[in-house]
Amino acid sequence: MAMIIDRRVDGRNKSAVNRQRLIKRYKRQIKKAVSEAVTKRSITDIGSGEKVNIPTRDVAEPVIHHGRGGVTERVYSGNKEFVKGDQIERPKQQSGQAGGGEGSNSGEAEDDFAFEISKDEYLDLLFEELALPNLVKKSSIVKQASKSMVRAGFSNTGVPANLNLIRTMRRAKGRKIAIAAPYRQLLSDLRNELEQELERTPTNEARIKELREKIGVISAKIASVPFIDTYDLKFNQYIAQPKPVTQAVMFCIMDVSSSMSQETKDIAKRFFILLYLFLSRSYEKTDVVFIRHHTSAEEVDEQTFFYSRESGGTIVSSALKMTADIIRQRYPINDWNIYAAQASDGDDWIDDIPLCSDLLSNTILPLLQYYAYVEINNNGHHALWKAYESIEQRFESFAMRQIASVEEIYPVFHELFKRKEK
Amino acid sequence: MSSGSQDEMQENLISAGSDWTFDLIERFNDEIGCIAKEEYNLDCYPVQLELISSEQMMDAYASVGMPIGYHHWSFGKQFVTSEHHYKRGQMNLAYEIVINSNPCIAYLMEENTLTMQALVIAHAAYGHNSFFKGNYLFKLWTDAEAIIDYLIFAKNYVSKCEERYGVDEVELLLDSCHALMNIGVDRYKRKSRSTLQDEEYVQNDREQRLQHDVHELWQRLGIRKEEKKEESKVRFPPEPQENVLYFIEKNAPLLESWQREIVRIVRKIAQYFYPQRQTQVMNEGWACFWHYTIMNRMYDKGLVNDSSMLEFIHTHSNVITQPGYDSRFYSGINPYALGFKMMSDIKRICDNPDDEDRQWFPDIAGSDWRETLDFAMRNFKDESFVGQYLSPKIIREFRLFSILDDDTENTMRVTGIHNTRGYENVRRALSNQYDLGNLVPNLQIYNVDHTGDRTLTLRHYIDKRRPLADSTKEVLKHLHRLWGFKVQIESVDEMGNTSISHRCPEA
Repeated sequence: MAMIIDRRVDGRNKSAVNRQRLIKRYKRQIKKAVSEAVTKRSITDIGSGEKVNIPTRDVAEPVIHHGRGGVTERVYSGNKEFVKGDQIERPKQQSGQAGGGEGSNSGEAEDDFAFEISKDEYLDLLFEELALPNLVKKSSIVKQASKSMVRAGFSNTGVPANLNLIRTMRRAKGRKIAIAAPYRQLLSDLRNELEQELERTPTNEARIKELREKIGVISAKIASVPFIDTYDLKFNQYIAQPKPVTQAVMFCIMDVSSSMSQETKDIAKRFFILLYLFLSRSYEKTDVVFIRHHTSAEEVDEQTFFYSRESGGTIVSSALKMTADIIRQRYPINDWNIYAAQASDGDDWIDDIPLCSDLLSNTILPLLQYYAYVEINNNGHHALWKAYESIEQRFESFAMRQIASVEEIYPVFHELFKRKEK
Repeated sequence: MSSGSQDEMQENLISAGSDWTFDLIERFNDEIGCIAKEEYNLDCYPVQLELISSEQMMDAYASVGMPIGYHHWSFGKQFVTSEHHYKRGQMNLAYEIVINSNPCIAYLMEENTLTMQALVIAHAAYGHNSFFKGNYLFKLWTDAEAIIDYLIFAKNYVSKCEERYGVDEVELLLDSCHALMNIGVDRYKRKSRSTLQDEEYVQNDREQRLQHDVHELWQRLGIRKEEKKEESKVRFPPEPQENVLYFIEKNAPLLESWQREIVRIVRKIAQYFYPQRQTQVMNEGWACFWHYTIMNRMYDKGLVNDSSMLEFIHTHSNVITQPGYDSRFYSGINPYALGFKMMSDIKRICDNPDDEDRQWFPDIAGSDWRETLDFAMRNFKDESFVGQYLSPKIIREFRLFSILDDDTENTMRVTGIHNTRGYENVRRALSNQYDLGNLVPNLQIYNVDHTGDRTLTLRHYIDKRRPLADSTKEVLKHLHRLWGFKVQIESVDEMGNTSISHRCPEA
């Protein structure tokens, strides 16, 4: 008789261990693929997994087999025009015809070995060895607005919905027993006496009547002990407990003046994506504020930030001023971890530069966890760079790098956030 | 058909719907089992049907059909590859996987329709099943009673080693063993039976004995320095050994006993799968022939209706399609197509032989097809099966032709097509194509320099001037890791000239 077994209820991930081993083994190659992929991503799909390609030769499992050459004779199907003795040119690439059971492991002409890793695996690999600077400082700050109700014992007062029936009834029962106890004793004494009187001859009618009246009164007293009373009531008590929320806000500051081409903005955008991904992995909640500027600064949404074109000159300090204002108004430093990233091609109006230095070192940097400045150009340093260099020396929370092309984004990011050995 | 018998047919029908339930599967299994065993005398192991999801099917893929496997990254690679292809719709999952065990385990995927489940039951649970039980190679090399126990033992043993010696250490060892898997099988010996308990008991014993034997060998060889000259002429092993993993397990000087046991596990599993590699065409052909025969029989009995039958025929003909060499779907000769055609053809030759058949197959033309087919299933492997039974009719139907590729000539040459002058050649060439001895290079352990630096020499007997592939260098590194000392390959060409072709470490 056949057995039929439903295996669908068993675990689905029998291969999970093997898969992890694969990823561990090819970490180096996968990481390379991941960091290459990040430059090709758009901001809209930041949260998804990633397809990874590894060169087949790296994952090949070598076995002994024949190489090309010598004499081989193979049988094919579907002859149309050949007759015995025909001479045929060798096809240039024989990959498709290597079948027949054995050749598949050689992998000589196969494509890359491709597979998908999950979002978490992707982020882990992308940000491995990276740490947020100054993460500890405010990592467990308490945000008052977020509270959750937790059980906190019992109380004597409360709303009916929270009534704890078991405890209430237990108390009621105890109270009833305690209050009625002396009467019960009295009652049983009287009953005993009544019985004796009834058995005695001649009977003492007056005494019997008296006893019966007394019994009636006492029974009524026992019956009148209330079934439930206000001081029996017990309620479940809940209290609001403030829940620690780690949260961060990230300021994206970008120059959108005419000197910034779309290409430069793309590079900036990718840098911001990385920072956003990185922050959202470390904090439960991450706000993003987009501030763009040319000669004046404005706060905009993401779409406008990256894609609308502006023209005109550049006054960086306008954006810095705005950043400081927004922090003051909306992001109290006790509640928020504040990060800022500025991308620019390095141009600034010459008179504005001292102002920027002053704003940064005296107003903004003391409020911030970290300030990263990337200058995107490939022809030397511009005015802003020199002013910022002196700031970098004075503040540990300030870092700056130059990016010349798309490929450098990840390495630069990596360098900026490299975990510091203590 | 009279209305009376139509009603009767209606009564027999198992289900008109396409959704399966456990009851319906059981009903189908009973009917199919009845047809297979009672009407056609198929000798099968008891059947165990297991319903699984598509993810579980991919898991089963990844472990190359082992229901229980030790952990290794290469299975993960297999898994992510099939997952990747499956998710992007580039690949359909196989409808079935069947384990050569007793009871015979056949997986049914939950996505299948009822008709597909019936097909899979007929194909795997009775077709493959009876092949596993009857074919001489499986009888000789595999032990359906013990395989599940052995796989459990292997898995537990490998995890125990991982705990004790570290995952990385075990992985390196398995990598090396896997590289030698296809030259780590016996071709002419009989293995002994064992159950899980035996295996565990014997393993402890073996562990000590093996280590002892090895030390004995090297100690003895070390002492007799005065006899060195004479002894160095004596080769070790005295006879060349074709099973490289076996040789390593027994003789590698530096392996610890747990490492020998893992080498042995890989070797055993390679051996278990060896018959499957040699009987692909026959095994699939046999299973296809029976699912086709049984499904038709069920239709005749009114157990299934027209719509199921149409669905079945659609799937069946997809499975047994043979695209031509110039089609973009071509990937070699389809073993399902060739096997099914050959099995059906044998039946045809028995039932309705024509003059050509009488000339080519005088022994079987007109004989009882059941007996003839059963004989063929039991006593052949792909190579000999094709050599024996490939008829001119099939060569014509597939329009088979053979091409000779000689690298000393500028062009390839057609050596035979589907005509009277070509049949023999095509048949011989196709038969060779399925000969594993011809596919896998002839590599043997030849000598150990046991009085010198312990260099291990393998001999590669070159056949038709075919060289070893580039991957040989990598494989040799793995062999070097296992052996612990120098390893080299001597190539012997057809004239008998020997030269060292590969060395590890390279000089």
